[in-house]
Amino acid sequence: MLTAGRVLLVFALAIALYGAVASLYGARISNRVGLGGRSGRAWIASGRHAVYALFGVLAVCFVILEAAFLRSDFSFELVASHSSTTTPAFYQATAIWSSQEGSLLFWALLLSGWSSAILFLSRARAREIAPYATAVLLGIAAFFCGLLVFLETPFGRLTPTPIEGAGLNPLLRHPAMMFHPPMLYSGYTLFTIPFAFAVGALITRRLSADWLRTVRPFALAAWLCLGIGIVLGARWSYSELGWGGYWGWDAVENASLMPWLVGTAFLHSAMVQEKRGMLRMWNVSLVLATGILALLGTFLVRSGILNSIHAFGASTLGIPFLVLISVLVVGCVALVVSRAPHMQSEHRLDSLLSREAIFLLNNLALVGLCFVILWGTFFPLISEAFTGEQSSVGPPWFGKYTVPLALVLVLLSGLGPALAWRRTTAANLRRELMAPVAIGVATLVVLLAAGVERRAAALAMFSLGAFVLAVVVQEFARGVRARRAMTDEGIPRAAVSLVRRNRRRYGGYIVHAGVIVLLVGVAASSSFQKADDVRLAPGEQARIGGYDIRYVRPTSEIDVASDGKSLEKINLGADLQVRRDGKVSELHTERSYFPSNSAGLGAVSRYFEGESTSEVGLRAGLGHDLWTAVAPDTSFLDDTIARGDRVFAAATKLSVEERSAQLATALNLLTARYQVDAPPARFRVLVSPLVTWIWVGALIVFAGGVIAIWPPPAGATRRVRAPEAARLARELGRAWR
Amino acid sequence: MDVVLVLVVVAAAVILIVAPLRLGRGNRGEAPVGAQRAELEAAKEAKYREIRDAELDYRTGKLAREDWQQLDRELKADALELLQQLDELDRVR
Repeated sequence: MLTAGRVLLVFALAIALYGAVASLYGARISNRVGLGGRSGRAWIASGRHAVYALFGVLAVCFVILEAAFLRSDFSFELVASHSSTTTPAFYQATAIWSSQEGSLLFWALLLSGWSSAILFLSRARAREIAPYATAVLLGIAAFFCGLLVFLETPFGRLTPTPIEGAGLNPLLRHPAMMFHPPMLYSGYTLFTIPFAFAVGALITRRLSADWLRTVRPFALAAWLCLGIGIVLGARWSYSELGWGGYWGWDAVENASLMPWLVGTAFLHSAMVQEKRGMLRMWNVSLVLATGILALLGTFLVRSGILNSIHAFGASTLGIPFLVLISVLVVGCVALVVSRAPHMQSEHRLDSLLSREAIFLLNNLALVGLCFVILWGTFFPLISEAFTGEQSSVGPPWFGKYTVPLALVLVLLSGLGPALAWRRTTAANLRRELMAPVAIGVATLVVLLAAGVERRAAALAMFSLGAFVLAVVVQEFARGVRARRAMTDEGIPRAAVSLVRRNRRRYGGYIVHAGVIVLLVGVAASSSFQKADDVRLAPGEQARIGGYDIRYVRPTSEIDVASDGKSLEKINLGADLQVRRDGKVSELHTERSYFPSNSAGLGAVSRYFEGESTSEVGLRAGLGHDLWTAVAPDTSFLDDTIARGDRVFAAATKLSVEERSAQLATALNLLTARYQVDAPPARFRVLVSPLVTWIWVGALIVFAGGVIAIWPPPAGATRRVRAPEAARLARELGRAWR
Repeated sequence: MDVVLVLVVVAAAVILIVAPLRLGRGNRGEAPVGAQRAELEAAKEAKYREIRDAELDYRTGKLAREDWQQLDRELKADALELLQQLDELDRVR
């Protein structure tokens, strides 16, 4: 199947190149009258079918590779280096995207899949733009297929075939990590679609809001997927990496956040173009920037140009990606500049007290935030260019600039829903904002009275958050009241109907509420966290953040792999007793040691010198989380481990079965000794307020996003044949029915 | 096995890609009139949404009555124009 995979990848590259050329050729001749025009449309359709075919061929390649992982076919070099027979089946199935090659194939598959979806759904719309968009999408797909064919083939053969693979990196054996990459890749590839249509709109000079309407659901889906991916990554970091944080301003984390921020700006400014015909150049530029930032994110993860725990390490992909991104940047700037005369606004800003004015400010803040993160992320390279030495900026630098901008965004997310399009009178503004401002001020006063004055940023976030939530609640209350006045529905039914009939608006308000809940969680947990590193012997205790934590006993166990024969990992941990306000509970934390395949290690020491992961002891609550991680001290076992290595190195006459049985006995004795003689262990303990609300806020955001993206009710697009004025009234009447 | 798989996949893909060229035209969805109708329908729905949004803004107290009435008149005039264009398209057919 290796040969089939390699041949099909070459075929996929050929399809992508053919489709791009066919689409461009078809677009060029489709405007001719008569046979030329018909032939042009046929070439365009053939180009579109090439996208479908590309998806099919890449899906077959993916299935071949996936089957090899599930069969543990170690003749596939990729399977041997990223899986093993002892890797649990779930992680075998998802190990494909833990590798550079497999994830590139997955990227190309998703791109072709989403491209097929949009081209199929919009085949009767955006007729002039679609062929150019198809060519761009296929051009990018060809780039990825080229990487897979020439630089990073997932179908490399390993000879001789080993009997066992290296296994999946233990840090990636976490459910969130298995869904995190597909979500990120979906976000990145979905953002490529608005990018391609924007290029098409620029080339054809069709820059009205039509193309925006076509790509809007895909832009929203991209935003949603990327957001889910970012949160899953944060959750993985919090519960797996052993440092207790959910965001470290790492280069790869930033790479995913930047397109998400600019995408958020686009989703807001697109509404301004749809409603008012304004910001055309701005919108196109945002979409192009989002698409390029998505590719930049992919480049950062794969090039090894910046240090990151999430990156694939050094590779040969840096230069090709750099060339692609440079070509796209230059091409996009040239297109935007050359089409500038076609992007004049239909209207001017009527008033600063209007929703579009707030959206404009929100866009500036979001793009400013993105620029700060871009600067901080690339600072090591910038500093190296000027000083010859790489120096990086840390979380305090990011916090200095991002916190004020985030506060401005929170304020604007409350003002936007309160204002009408075009203009809002002072009297209406007063009526809209009086109660929310009062609630925000009351929150501030209560917090000051409670002694929270030391953290100004957190104080501002809580007060502004209360203001925004009050605006959202007020919007729902007024909407329900208006609907009830017209339909006599009960409150629950009126609320459901209101959201159902105005999904974009109320889905958006729910997203705002979720973002506020999330940011309040971030502000509270980062400003008021109590953290301590303590060294405790069994039986000792420490007091941290109001908790009395007692190290009850050391624990140890050996996990047997799913094949029932080999050892998967050794767990050395600690049982803790936690007491607060008279309530007592138990916590368990451990460190898992995975065996190394390094040839230089002995039979016993390889179980202690390989990768290790933290299993966090977490007591999550709505008020605060108690987070603990243990770092066991195994140094007292070093002599015994070294002696074991020597014994097994000398035992050359043992059969494989005898050797395994005796090794298992030796490891059991070692782990049993840890339980009896464990020296003091180091514990990291964090008490973080409101962390749970970060995850709750994310869930609210995604619920709002799904509501906003959901298609309108079936009847809403039905056409009615009737005299026009009556027809208009009748069709519009659906709004309240 | 490899050869059979490759031949089947290549054959299926080629048939799919060549089909529009063999038939000598794009599918019905790509006929200019159909595409124009789809775009007008989309524009009409967007205009309707704007009219409803404006009414919701008025009923929830964000727009003054006179502002809403003026806006509503403008938006409905735009919507009527779109409906006329759709009817024109029907007559041409």
